[in-house]
Amino acid sequence: MEIRVLILLLLPLLLISLFAPNPTVALYEDQVGLMDWHHKYIGKVKHAVFHTQKAGRKRVVVSTEENVIASLDLRRGDIFWRHVLGKNDVIDAIDIVMGKYVISVSSKGSVLRAWNLPDGQMVWESFLQGSTLSKSFFSAPLNIKIDKDNVVLVFGKGCIHAVSCIDGEILWKNELSSESSDIQHVFQPLGSDLIYAVGFITSSKLVIYQINAKNGDLLKQSTVDFPSGFSGDLSLVSTDTLIALDSTQSKLVKISLVNGETSLLPRDIADLIDGFSGMASLLPSKLTGMLAIKINSYIVFVRVSAEYRLEVVEKINYPAAVSNSLSLLEGNYAIGLVQCSGSKIHLTVKLDSDWNSDMIKESIELGHQRGIAEKVFINDYIRTDRSPGFRALIVMEDHSLLLLQQGEIVWSREDGLASIMDTTTSELPVEKAGVSVSKVEHNLFEWLKGHILKLKGTLMLANSDDIVAIQEMRLKSSEKNKMTRDHNGFRKLLIVLTKAGKVYALHSGDGRVVWSLLLPSFRMSNTCHHPTVLSIYQWQVPHHHAMDENPSVLVVGWCGFSLDSPGILSFVDSYTGKELYSLSLTHSIAQVIPLPFTDSTEQRLHLLIDADGLAHLYPRTDEAIKIFQRELPNTHWYSIDGEKGIIRGYGLQYSCLPGITDEYCFGAKELWSIVFPSESEKIIAATTRKLNEIVHTQAKVLADQDVMYKYISQNLLFVATVAPKAAGEIGSANPEESWLVAYLIDSITGRILHRVTHPACQGPVHAVFSENWVVYHYFNLRAHRYEMSVIEIYDQSRSDNKDVLKLMIGKHNLTSPVSAYSRPEVIVKSQSYFFTHSVKAIAVSLTAKGITSKQLLIGTIGDQVLALDKRYVDPRRSINPTPSEKEEGIMPLTDSLPIIPQSYVTHSLQVEGLRGILSVPAKLESTSLLFAYGVDLFFTRIAPSRTYDSLTEDFSYALLLITIVVLVASIFVTWVLSEKKELREKWR
Amino acid sequence: MAISRTRKTSAIALILFFFFVVVSIASSAFESDELLQDDDEFGLEGGVRATPNPDRASPARSPSQKRFSSSDQESDSKVQFSLEHAFGDSDFAPAGTFSARLKTWSHGGQTLTKLRFSRDGFTESQKETFKKLLKDDDFYRIRLPSNVLNSNGKEYVMSSVKARCLTRENLDEHFVIHMDGVNVLAVNYGSPGTCHYPRLLKLPAKWSFNSYTVLKGGEQAPRAPVFTEEIFGGENGVSELEKQPEKSFWAKYWMYLVPLGLVVMNAMSQAMNMPEEQAGGQPGSQGQAVQRAQGSAARRR
Repeated sequence: MEIRVLILLLLPLLLISLFAPNPTVALYEDQVGLMDWHHKYIGKVKHAVFHTQKAGRKRVVVSTEENVIASLDLRRGDIFWRHVLGKNDVIDAIDIVMGKYVISVSSKGSVLRAWNLPDGQMVWESFLQGSTLSKSFFSAPLNIKIDKDNVVLVFGKGCIHAVSCIDGEILWKNELSSESSDIQHVFQPLGSDLIYAVGFITSSKLVIYQINAKNGDLLKQSTVDFPSGFSGDLSLVSTDTLIALDSTQSKLVKISLVNGETSLLPRDIADLIDGFSGMASLLPSKLTGMLAIKINSYIVFVRVSAEYRLEVVEKINYPAAVSNSLSLLEGNYAIGLVQCSGSKIHLTVKLDSDWNSDMIKESIELGHQRGIAEKVFINDYIRTDRSPGFRALIVMEDHSLLLLQQGEIVWSREDGLASIMDTTTSELPVEKAGVSVSKVEHNLFEWLKGHILKLKGTLMLANSDDIVAIQEMRLKSSEKNKMTRDHNGFRKLLIVLTKAGKVYALHSGDGRVVWSLLLPSFRMSNTCHHPTVLSIYQWQVPHHHAMDENPSVLVVGWCGFSLDSPGILSFVDSYTGKELYSLSLTHSIAQVIPLPFTDSTEQRLHLLIDADGLAHLYPRTDEAIKIFQRELPNTHWYSIDGEKGIIRGYGLQYSCLPGITDEYCFGAKELWSIVFPSESEKIIAATTRKLNEIVHTQAKVLADQDVMYKYISQNLLFVATVAPKAAGEIGSANPEESWLVAYLIDSITGRILHRVTHPACQGPVHAVFSENWVVYHYFNLRAHRYEMSVIEIYDQSRSDNKDVLKLMIGKHNLTSPVSAYSRPEVIVKSQSYFFTHSVKAIAVSLTAKGITSKQLLIGTIGDQVLALDKRYVDPRRSINPTPSEKEEGIMPLTDSLPIIPQSYVTHSLQVEGLRGILSVPAKLESTSLLFAYGVDLFFTRIAPSRTYDSLTEDFSYALLLITIVVLVASIFVTWVLSEKKELREKWR
Repeated sequence: MAISRTRKTSAIALILFFFFVVVSIASSAFESDELLQDDDEFGLEGGVRATPNPDRASPARSPSQKRFSSSDQESDSKVQFSLEHAFGDSDFAPAGTFSARLKTWSHGGQTLTKLRFSRDGFTESQKETFKKLLKDDDFYRIRLPSNVLNSNGKEYVMSSVKARCLTRENLDEHFVIHMDGVNVLAVNYGSPGTCHYPRLLKLPAKWSFNSYTVLKGGEQAPRAPVFTEEIFGGENGVSELEKQPEKSFWAKYWMYLVPLGLVVMNAMSQAMNMPEEQAGGQPGSQGQAVQRAQGSAARRR
């Protein structure tokens, strides 16, 4: 009886809470980190400067290829601070001056900045002017003093600047490159007031400038002709000697600058090294009194003495990294060498004066997955026994960073993850019978204790200790980190491909690296000198037939940098992280098309289009060809030529080129083409629907019981073009001469289904296509604001099906197949809204069945991800929606899209350098997984319509249990009482 | 108590946010006011573009074989461009001529109007090749020069359709030519209606073309709406208030009425049971009877 009453009381409450219009999806403070993780990276290190003199915190300042300046803790490798400069602000050099500032030169020598060493605050910033855009963007900060002011010399844009370290003021400036000179070195001989700048004017002319260090006056300019020409390599050996390489790369040329006189002295390398043949090159390491020459497969160290005696001191095998020479207290110089052999890494530190004895010789086991050492930076310290010690910072082939000290790896950072090229996901293995689950929940007592604690938290009875315990318990929940598939599909493997050619599998629970593989087929080898990775695809997803097999992924790349270089395919097991096999192709790869067919082992058929327009089928099996032959007449593809502004569509032919008997190769025939006039339109963006997107229903029921049919086709292509004048940056064109045209094109027939011009608008365009709508973001020059437009496309040919009578007697075309060759009857609805932010990436949330409403996932300029309900970008919004429209969920029209602070899915975090957003459906319909990557990685779960199909993480089961117990108890009590009362009544 | 504190801060944040929304509404209204002025000023200039007439789609049906008299078209603004076709993989050959008037606008833009099309019929040998196409279910391809003024050396826009889609009684074809000034962006070619999927082999009764041509220009996008304050504030709020009572009594209180109904039904069923119990039991007050009925029901369980 009481239960019933309780339910009756609760029912309205429950209903109210379910349907209450509450758009906020934000987290509470204590929910941060429960289902999201954020990892910070810096990228591949280019330069490193140690700061270890003072007793305080030891640190190393690095600049990276992702344009990051960061200060790392030398003890643990953590980031003290970091700054991600813009995409075009490439860092050329960094240094530490005055022991407290980090200075950086970026943007081809035009921006000089100083950062405070302890906290990374910017102290000053100077813009260096230069008339010529010199090719070299070399800068050589070195310490001299003018009027007790610390001065740093910067070379950039063809000028030498002397800049004060205190405030960044430019003390003097000397423009050197009147002609197209290529300055290689700027240096100051010890104790001299002169500054030398040495470079090449042409390949056969050397130019030397002498500049007064005090005021920047050009004292002398001399050019020296060298008829046989230079190769361009120039190495500074000492303050009056440089060594260059001649154009045949077989002679060393000594350049000495004694007393302002320049003399050239060539010498054959063959005299120096027996059996030398081929080409030599100078390593860029800055060594003092030494020279490192790379010859074929080894490196030769040559000591250069004052009277130009060249002496070979050592010859080592090539895959080795050489550090700059490090000056020690006693006037000696130390040089670090790192060699790799097998899974071991050998670090050697030698003194230049005494080459035969090693200061340090260490071998460290490293494993095979990091490749060879690419760079090494060494730093000295004094050991507890007062002997000199060295530590080495090593950049590996996979872009990871290691610190070596005392023969062991102190720390390592997986900074390859800062440059992700492509991502895909894989399911985890199914839980086997042998694997015990009970370990997770410890025992019943622990479980109960946990829930009692949670209950205390819910009832606000918990004290601060309890709250700490609760928080810890929630964050450490081992449930999310298990290595097996879960019921809700939250646990997945994120398989990412990085620029270095390494594949990582990250666990979606906490982002840890499950396995990593430096792809052997994408490493430099004799057959392929410049392998580049492109993209990653799901190759085999065991589903029904082959449950016992592991899933695998396909990595596609080129052997070279251009479209016509031969392709490489590599197949990697998603669970073990082993390369199954790899293929070096004879043809190139311009396009990879995953086909919607799989063979009996669930391998997905892929069509690789080469640069000549031939299609190649993979896997190369008879079964695949049999499956594909059936579908060949219905297979079409298209290519977009952005240069010429042509989109072409192709069908396939049964045979390859005449004369080639390759049954896996198919020729293409051009079926349609669209030519954008080059004087008025330029293609800047194109996007299609995601292949794995699932659409729940084709019909959209309006509030007035009317039905609209979505035009759902996998083959819709959205293309945006702009006026060629407006193709540059925002502000480079007038509103009158810029426009943006959006197209919806059927990629089978080339039909333009919709074409709309936005006057006075320009790119960059970011677009996302889903179901029957496309949303794109661009800049409106007349309104001076960013805009987002939506186009929804509906099928009119099915609108007759609304008649129920016709449906009943079967006169409908719902089951008839749709042909692309029919003339489509579509209607299009569109609307534009202002949007405050500029956008870096845009994606849409995907769910398992496509029932849950969609959210746009917008990567904002602040490197955050904003989840915007699709309802806001609905073309059917009107100023005064009718009550029935309101019931349908249509909001009143506003001119701009709202940015609700709570709807940032990254809450307070920033995904620095955001480049891409990936949305993966979980098994639970309400939930979608989101992975955002850039320099940082961020993962979270989003529920666009809130988690209507599951209880929240912090649901108090104990409260439920107690309620039930209390109810049952009270039923018994009342029953007993009523029995007694009844008995009394009867006895009365 | 940290949890409750965080919840409280979020509540404060919510209030702050609403305040922010109110403020931002007020400020955005000011901005949009200025923009409207802007609009008036540049309104005329905005129209000055190469594609001035957004609704230029001019369907023109030209019966095949009928040559138009060219005497009235003799002005120098007349242009002609040819349609070429190919059967399957064969080379392209002329198949007809489009002629149109080139209208030059005062601002320099040029557009085509009055498109006419004269289709060349199939020769006997072409009929044979076409029959072969029908048999193989292969593509019939057509192309147009991408620029109607000088077609030399320029790219062609191409379109194709399965030949079986064209055959009805006659050969029915439908061209949609997408134009941008004097440039042809694309031509979409196909049957005027649907092309049913299992494409059946059917020879045309008459080997003559029924050609439909549509010339399409671009559409201008609707401008982003710009609002002034009154739409936002007063009017809307009042109207919303007025609409409120329109909800029916049932719509408003169903969540109370349904449980009430359940309670009543429950009581009814109890009352139905009661007489049976009363027959065997002692007389008593109404309330007690209900309770006893409950008790006995429980006992029976």
